[in-house]
Amino acid sequence: MSALSFILAGMLAAAMPFLLAALGELVAERSGVLNLGIEGMMALGAVVAFIVVRHSGGHAMGFVAAGLASAALSLVFAWLALAVRSNQVAAGLAIGILGQGLSALFGKGYESLTVPGLPKLAIPGLSDLPVIGGLFAQDAVVWLGLLGTLAIWAAMRFTKLGLVIRAVGENPHAARALGYHVIGIRYGAVAFGGLMAGFAGAYAATVYTPLWAEGMIAGRGWIALALVVFATWMTGRVFFGAVLFGAVSLSQLAAQAGGVALSSQLLASLPYIVTILVLGVISANKRLLKINGVASLGEPFGP
Amino acid sequence: MMGYRMIRRTTASRRMAVLAPLAALLAAIVLNFVLYLLMGKDPGAVFYAMLLEPFISWNSFAEVLLKMTPLLLIAQGLAIGFRAKVINIGAEGQFVLGAIFASSVPVWFPQATGWWLWPLMLLLGAIGGALWAALPAFWRVRLNASEILVTLMMNLIAAQLLAYLLVGPWKDPMGFNFPQTVMFQWDAMVPTLFPGTRVNVALILALVWSVLAWVYMQRSFQGYQLVVGGLAPHATAYAGFSEGRAVWLSLLIGGFAAGLAGAAEVAGPLGQLQRGIASGYGYAAIIVAYLGGLHPVGIVFSSLFMAALYIGGDNAMVSAGLPASAVEVFQGSLLVCYLAAIVLVRYRFARPAEVAA
Repeated sequence: MSALSFILAGMLAAAMPFLLAALGELVAERSGVLNLGIEGMMALGAVVAFIVVRHSGGHAMGFVAAGLASAALSLVFAWLALAVRSNQVAAGLAIGILGQGLSALFGKGYESLTVPGLPKLAIPGLSDLPVIGGLFAQDAVVWLGLLGTLAIWAAMRFTKLGLVIRAVGENPHAARALGYHVIGIRYGAVAFGGLMAGFAGAYAATVYTPLWAEGMIAGRGWIALALVVFATWMTGRVFFGAVLFGAVSLSQLAAQAGGVALSSQLLASLPYIVTILVLGVISANKRLLKINGVASLGEPFGP
Repeated sequence: MMGYRMIRRTTASRRMAVLAPLAALLAAIVLNFVLYLLMGKDPGAVFYAMLLEPFISWNSFAEVLLKMTPLLLIAQGLAIGFRAKVINIGAEGQFVLGAIFASSVPVWFPQATGWWLWPLMLLLGAIGGALWAALPAFWRVRLNASEILVTLMMNLIAAQLLAYLLVGPWKDPMGFNFPQTVMFQWDAMVPTLFPGTRVNVALILALVWSVLAWVYMQRSFQGYQLVVGGLAPHATAYAGFSEGRAVWLSLLIGGFAAGLAGAAEVAGPLGQLQRGIASGYGYAAIIVAYLGGLHPVGIVFSSLFMAALYIGGDNAMVSAGLPASAVEVFQGSLLVCYLAAIVLVRYRFARPAEVAA
């Protein structure tokens, strides 16, 4: 298998943890709430899913449990940020540290254990094509993730709910004057973000690399946060960004397998270095960020 | 709090500023009490080992002071940035770079001797930490990139750089293939303060650094500019204070302190560069900074307390079989409780009737 077809076949799966977490954060940020705790929420979702699947609850149950656990953790954040009106940055960091601690605690007895992954579901015909065929043989979560991306894109763009979420983030006072419950909508958006981060963690730990190792999220939650900025809060761009990062993280494997004479540590740093570079390029365009950005992001709302 | 409304106080309540951390500690103890019960551990034994034992004997208290040193150094540096709303979460990487820069002296010159060796290493470490923080500062000032994300990415890169050095060029050739450098020579070690303990001169440096932080933030005009810039960026920009300078100062000070702490750690309790250097002090110091109310005096107490938690956690691991990660959970929940409790400093709760009247 050539390096190109290897990357094409695997990049969607590699993209899933980034994609799911970033889509959830996108919705939360669109409503005006910045949740920096994604890494911790993913870590919690990962361990919960792993434990459930390990005790043969099945993947569906594992994903549900992970989503609920991370959503519950995100509600603690939402309570701090929205009810108590504490600093969102500090609250997000606190939740992140708590989530990583809980993940390490729950996962203690599971270190280096494995679970079965998920089978690939191929589209007949297309998956037999040369070079790009692998792209059409993916596990069920990837297919669902692609549909979900489309659904979130459509919901944010065309539905009333999407409009209300965006209005709440853009101008909470006006949204309240129109009779919308700003705090309630923000709670919902943050909980959705938590749910998606839980799914992202579950995918990372029980499908993509179905082996438990403490700290296995390894910064992917932070990259998801950066992706939302790269994408200037647009769903379609989040998707392309996530696939790009999936491809970058796969290319290190391809490079190592291909005997490229670079240290494995340098290759492992590649996604982080790319994040820094892209962040610099996108952020330097202040006008773009201002037009697409969320006006009330991170600001507490109270009467 | 049903039926109650939050009313903003006209001035921050000092009484609450002191009570809030204590209330948070109490709440965290209650929450973790339940957790330990669920885990089948005896909460009484855990809390005795975790919260009291560190203070009972001089030996364990000396270990607390040793742990307190890096936390205090890093948190004082971070708090300056946090007050200026420059959120440096890259202390972990800056700490590692400090350790690497300091280690370069004994690794490249293992035969060198002289009284100036360890001071030179500490200085190099501080410079290394500041350099590692300079890139996020440049990215933020010139390219408008979030320092939160860039500093975090720099942590992950620093961890890989450390791993590269330890398995590659800096590995001790006589070290049985362990990922660690040679043991440092005597002159490369920070002198200890009390015989029989590992507490060293770096504790004095951390305390002096705290006094400097207090003078800088509470008494100097530049510190005042930083604080006001954090509170009201538009007003201060109008008054002619530069935001870019605040970012540079915050990150360089934070990186300098974290680098110094990393240097003191390799040249102190570790005595060689090894993987154990990246043990999460940089993240714990974020909690220390907030728990101390971002105030230099408060941070002295919060760093002492957090250091005791580490030592106590080790005790509880031995005596009550508590996993090390339970300490991390306790720290995280403590910060959550603190953020909830601190609201009482700036708000009071009133019944609706009182609001109407």
